[in-house]
Amino acid sequence: MTYQLNFLALWPYLPELLAGLWVTVMLTTVATAGGIAIGICGAAIRCSRYVWLSRLWGIYVELIRNTPFVVQLFFIVFGLPSLGLRMTAGEAALLAMLVNLGAYSTEIIRAGIQVTPKGQWEAGRVLGLSRGQVFLRVVLPPALARIYPALVSQCVIVMLGSSVVSQVSYEELTFAGSLIQSRTFLSFEVYLVVTLIYLALSLAMRQVLLRAGRLIFGGGLS
Amino acid sequence: MPLITINRVQKYYGQNHVLKGIDLDIDQGEVVSIIGRSGSGKSTLLRCINGLEGYQEGSIKLGGMTVTNRESQAREISRSIGMVFQSFNLFPHMTALQNVMLAPRRVLGIKAAECRELAELMLNKVGLGDRLDYYPANLSGGQQQRVAIARALAMDPKVLLCDEITSALDPELVGEVLKVLEKLAAEGMTLILVTHEMNFARDIGDRIVFMHQGKIWEQGESHQLFAQPQTAELKQFIASVRGLGDN
Amino acid sequence: MTTFTDWDIVRNLLLAARWTLLLSLAAFIGGGVLTIPLMLMRLSRRRWLKLGIRAYSNLFQGTPLLMQLFLAFFGLALFGIDVSPWLAAALALTLFTSAFLVDIWCGSIDALPKGQWEASRCLGLGFGQTLLRVMAPQAIRIAIAPTVGFSVQVIKGTALASIIGFIELTKAGAMLTNVTFQPFKVFGLVALGYFLMCYPLSHFSHYLEKKFHATDNH
Repeated sequence: MTYQLNFLALWPYLPELLAGLWVTVMLTTVATAGGIAIGICGAAIRCSRYVWLSRLWGIYVELIRNTPFVVQLFFIVFGLPSLGLRMTAGEAALLAMLVNLGAYSTEIIRAGIQVTPKGQWEAGRVLGLSRGQVFLRVVLPPALARIYPALVSQCVIVMLGSSVVSQVSYEELTFAGSLIQSRTFLSFEVYLVVTLIYLALSLAMRQVLLRAGRLIFGGGLS
Repeated sequence: MPLITINRVQKYYGQNHVLKGIDLDIDQGEVVSIIGRSGSGKSTLLRCINGLEGYQEGSIKLGGMTVTNRESQAREISRSIGMVFQSFNLFPHMTALQNVMLAPRRVLGIKAAECRELAELMLNKVGLGDRLDYYPANLSGGQQQRVAIARALAMDPKVLLCDEITSALDPELVGEVLKVLEKLAAEGMTLILVTHEMNFARDIGDRIVFMHQGKIWEQGESHQLFAQPQTAELKQFIASVRGLGDN
Repeated sequence: MTTFTDWDIVRNLLLAARWTLLLSLAAFIGGGVLTIPLMLMRLSRRRWLKLGIRAYSNLFQGTPLLMQLFLAFFGLALFGIDVSPWLAAALALTLFTSAFLVDIWCGSIDALPKGQWEASRCLGLGFGQTLLRVMAPQAIRIAIAPTVGFSVQVIKGTALASIIGFIELTKAGAMLTNVTFQPFKVFGLVALGYFLMCYPLSHFSHYLEKKFHATDNH
């Protein structure tokens, strides 16, 4: 019972794959930028003196880190509308990714901030900088540089996790694959190609982000 | 009228009685060196003067202002009192120039161009006019400490506090930092130094304050104090420090 | 038309959660066992074996778990095997687990001082003996916290098995939502279920990290 793999039959569907790839790239770009921004705010809150706010954020972080992304996604896509909150599949997918990355990046960035030598905070204070100014200008930049590789890894994980949003009918790369599969019945071939595209995308994303990091943090940090 | 008045200050770290009633007046233009063994409370006293640490009893006044460790007062204090740390605490992601420019720009609200001029002036003053765009990682310890001094001076403080600023430096780099302090002293800057550099304290300082077990044990004019120490503890201290080799 | 009480919902979810735990256990144990020969390959002196295992890890770490599940499901079918979702999920998750664990465990061994290998060699111990009696006991201290931490990833990963039809906690949640029309409550309970399974392990992992503070080794 030999089975011949037929990759050639997929060729006409290249446009669909590229369209899906584009959506994945767009989705990931916005989710990455937004997720890191949320993470910076979250880390600031977690390092601040506002105990109750910090605890609340901490609960949010633990909830996200201990539940599967697909459940978070289903909760947002199916659960929120029942409370009256309507949104498109794309908006829901983006929201789920933002919420997810926001939680993980909070912890990653926070770890970077906590190893800041006490002397940096003191030096800022004796120069008259407010706590907020010290956080933003003195503590945060080196902290981000320190944890940048870990942050990049997390962003790649979120990108790979985005394949799950195909299940709520958002037309990204995996969805394109499913569409092609339903037309050609060449399941293994399609998903193998899609998987290889994700692999290439994760390698490219890592390179781009690490290189960007070198440009931004190139400065005097050893 | 003294610039700084320290009156009956007591400080505890939990059960530990660190400062046991400090009375000290510092006049404008004075160079005061605080010496003593580790644990005598000298760094703690210095850090109380600019509000980095609090105290339980007594008062510390600068001009009309009472110094406390409340965060809300930090800004006000920074306009009058500057500090240089043992471990420099330069901001590693900024160049020397940017380090010096930061506070005048963000705290005093001075315009960027003026800040730059001010920073260049300060860095020239400490002898680093040719290293403006260097990052701390590319500067020697002595150069980093001089940047730290320039950074503190940029705020135009009335008093400069120096917390063992040469202790973390390799011996051959200590001289360049002391030269800067000498220059500042000659220009009339009020300096309070916690230091182990006995020769410097004696030659450049106006007054020496010897602290022991949380109290001011003995104080006086610098040459006099070293020539004729009155208390046994000070005699012992001077002897032990001499043993480390005069330079 | 049957009405579902809250207890009906919880009961069904609990029954389905058993399968989540079973799949997690199978993948974790299977993956762990598979990791051992992979580790030996990665630690061997042959460059191509080392690189091969590196590539294996990079493959699983650089592709979506969902795709790995799909490929297992449709790939096995090509061989004419009657693939059940359980089989495909167990296979995919086992391979997935091994790819990550080989990284973690080899990383723990690499973290040990080089002097240990040299000292053993000078004492005449062979590669296997050194690994077993000298390196492993020390490496386990370093490896245990991240390994427990990874078990959380495995449990979360089983949720994707629902997409290839395996009936576990997430799938049960989806099915219950369809009949009860209470997605907020149902998926809220599903999330709670995963949280109750994962949080103790996460917490334990943190505790282990503090206890066997890896840097104490150097």
